[in-house]
Amino acid sequence: MFGQANVLAQGAANFPPSVEDFYLPSILPWGAHNSYWFTKITFMVWLAVGILILFFLLSYRNPQLVPTKKQWFAESIYGFVRNNIAVDMIGHQGVRFAPYFTTLFCFVLLTNFFAIVPFFQISPNSHIAFPAFLALISYVLFNYVGIRHHGFVKYFKNSLIPPAPWYILPLLIPIEAFSTFLVRPFSLAVRLFANMFAGHMLLLVFTLGGFAMLNATGLLAPVSVLSWLMTVALTFLEFLVICLQAYVFTVLTASYVQGALAEEH
Amino acid sequence: MYFLAEGAEHNPILPIWQEIVVGGIAFIVLCFVLMKFVFPRMEQTFQARVDAIEGGIKRAEAAQAEANKLLEQYRAQLAEARTDAAKIRDDARADAEGIRQDILAKAREESDRIIAAGKEQLSAERATIVRELRAEVGTLAVDLASKIVGESLADEARRKGTVDRFLSGLESAGAH
Repeated sequence: MFGQANVLAQGAANFPPSVEDFYLPSILPWGAHNSYWFTKITFMVWLAVGILILFFLLSYRNPQLVPTKKQWFAESIYGFVRNNIAVDMIGHQGVRFAPYFTTLFCFVLLTNFFAIVPFFQISPNSHIAFPAFLALISYVLFNYVGIRHHGFVKYFKNSLIPPAPWYILPLLIPIEAFSTFLVRPFSLAVRLFANMFAGHMLLLVFTLGGFAMLNATGLLAPVSVLSWLMTVALTFLEFLVICLQAYVFTVLTASYVQGALAEEH
Repeated sequence: MYFLAEGAEHNPILPIWQEIVVGGIAFIVLCFVLMKFVFPRMEQTFQARVDAIEGGIKRAEAAQAEANKLLEQYRAQLAEARTDAAKIRDDARADAEGIRQDILAKAREESDRIIAAGKEQLSAERATIVRELRAEVGTLAVDLASKIVGESLADEARRKGTVDRFLSGLESAGAH
């Protein structure tokens, strides 16, 4: 399960780290390399889902008008996404999207957060499958909402034809189509994936680099220490990225929904 | 090369379909539970809170309005009472003045009347006395003169009205 720790313990750190470091052997069956049903990654996804469900159900088991501390905390998470993302971006009707946005935000935040939790130390979102699935939901969501709100023809007219002189439209329509219907889901998924991937890679480079130098010669020990200090510093940076990317993913989804609901361009 | 030795090459940009399935199911379970059992209840709680606060504000407003109404009422009553009191005081003052004037007038009248009566009585008594004195003085004078002259002058004096004329002369001199 804690493959990374095993690697370090054995002192067989492979440096420089490669893409293969992101694909740990599976847990069930133990050690298999091409089985993905139950790996550390999928375990963390289930764990995140379990933690979130337990947290929210427990803290909202018996809601009071005057909230308890736990209830207040759960409410402020929802209140933050509801007021600062859904209502701010979409307006009053954004409230009905707030439950989904909050679920999305919490899920991305927690799965990202595994990247810097000791013994987990990798985010499921550094595998593009998960960001891709979330981006797909966002894509379906904003298109569905737009079509439902405007009707099929008007929605595509709104989305594809910007208010511009007719002679520039032949240029603009393909660009709009490309950016709205092709690039959006892709960029959404890749942004999150790449951030978590790069973050993990950076931490690996500095952690394993320290071991590599130490193994090479004892003279490099001070540089190893420096390298590990960099790891600590980068962990703080990673924390920032974790929160920021969860926020960005949610805000962009909200922004796409807002664009789909907008009357005109 | 611990992993590369046995693992197949992975392309990080290509999703693993098993992970999509697992992640999808997990996320949908999460969505289902949170969006069905948690967040709608939060909305309800928010709404209940808003209602509670708005209800409280409404009740406070009603109480305030009631208090203001009562205050107005009391003020009006107080003003009315003040006006009444002032009116009563004015009336009393006016009454007192009237009574004083009446009493004064009556007293003046009474004193005038008493004075007049006294004067009348005095003049009547004076007239009586004058009349009696005149008769007596005439008789005395005539008697005195008769004694001096030695014969009765009474008939003569009565005939010629001497005494009366003399007395009239005296009276007019006394009056001046």
